[in-house]
Amino acid sequence: MPTATYAGQDVAVNDEGFLTEPGQWTEDMAPQIAKSAGIEELTPRHWQVIRFMRAEYQAKGTGPTVRVLGKTSGVPIKELYQLFPKGPAKTAAKIAGIPKPRGCI
Amino acid sequence: MDATIEKVSIIVSKGSLEGIYPALIMANGARAEGIEANLFFTFFGLDAINRKRHEHIKIATVGNPGLHLAALAGGLPGMPGVMTHYMERKMDKLGIPPIPEFIEMIADTGAGLYGCQASCDLFGLTKDDLIEQVKDIITVGEFYALAAGGQIIFT
Repeated sequence: MPTATYAGQDVAVNDEGFLTEPGQWTEDMAPQIAKSAGIEELTPRHWQVIRFMRAEYQAKGTGPTVRVLGKTSGVPIKELYQLFPKGPAKTAAKIAGIPKPRGCI
Repeated sequence: MDATIEKVSIIVSKGSLEGIYPALIMANGARAEGIEANLFFTFFGLDAINRKRHEHIKIATVGNPGLHLAALAGGLPGMPGVMTHYMERKMDKLGIPPIPEFIEMIADTGAGLYGCQASCDLFGLTKDDLIEQVKDIITVGEFYALAAGGQIIFT
């Protein structure tokens, strides 16, 4: 199992770079994970999505898909793709230290 | 394992519910993975972006063995409507949006929606007949230029 070092902590990640132990994640790791995913700076709108992903994961055991994000996170789909051009649900899940959301829609 | 897909161009040639959804799901799924996506609507696939028709897409109940309906039953008046309604309810429960909402969402993801010039000529359609999310009506040559360097999927 590969590991990555964020905010001075070693964390377990999978081949795609998603944390495999979401409990190891702390908020101060987010900026560094974001940078490795191509996002230079996390704005308050990014954080709104990241915290929402985290809360959904804790409540439901899985992260939301883009459609659910667009309907319930308070950030519309167009803006989600501006914030996370390489896929909002996928990128935000990675930054939030949760598994990649599954689901086709 | 390290191979990636950077761009897909998906051709939608059929105007039935089961002809349109797979293309939409593939386009939306591509964008969710950060893959560039274009949709090219041709022939009856144009119904999916036709203002007057996109809310009335029906499942094919005749000549569709996958439904496992008696051949004659599929042709009964009202059958496409009944089966479509049944399917739409099931999809709603699974969180699959209706076609108009789905297409609007896909446009919001940054995917490009295009109508086929030859088909628009054939059916007498102009850009005003198509939903506002459609970027343009383009020729097959322009489609290939748009698709260059990526994968093409025909549905």
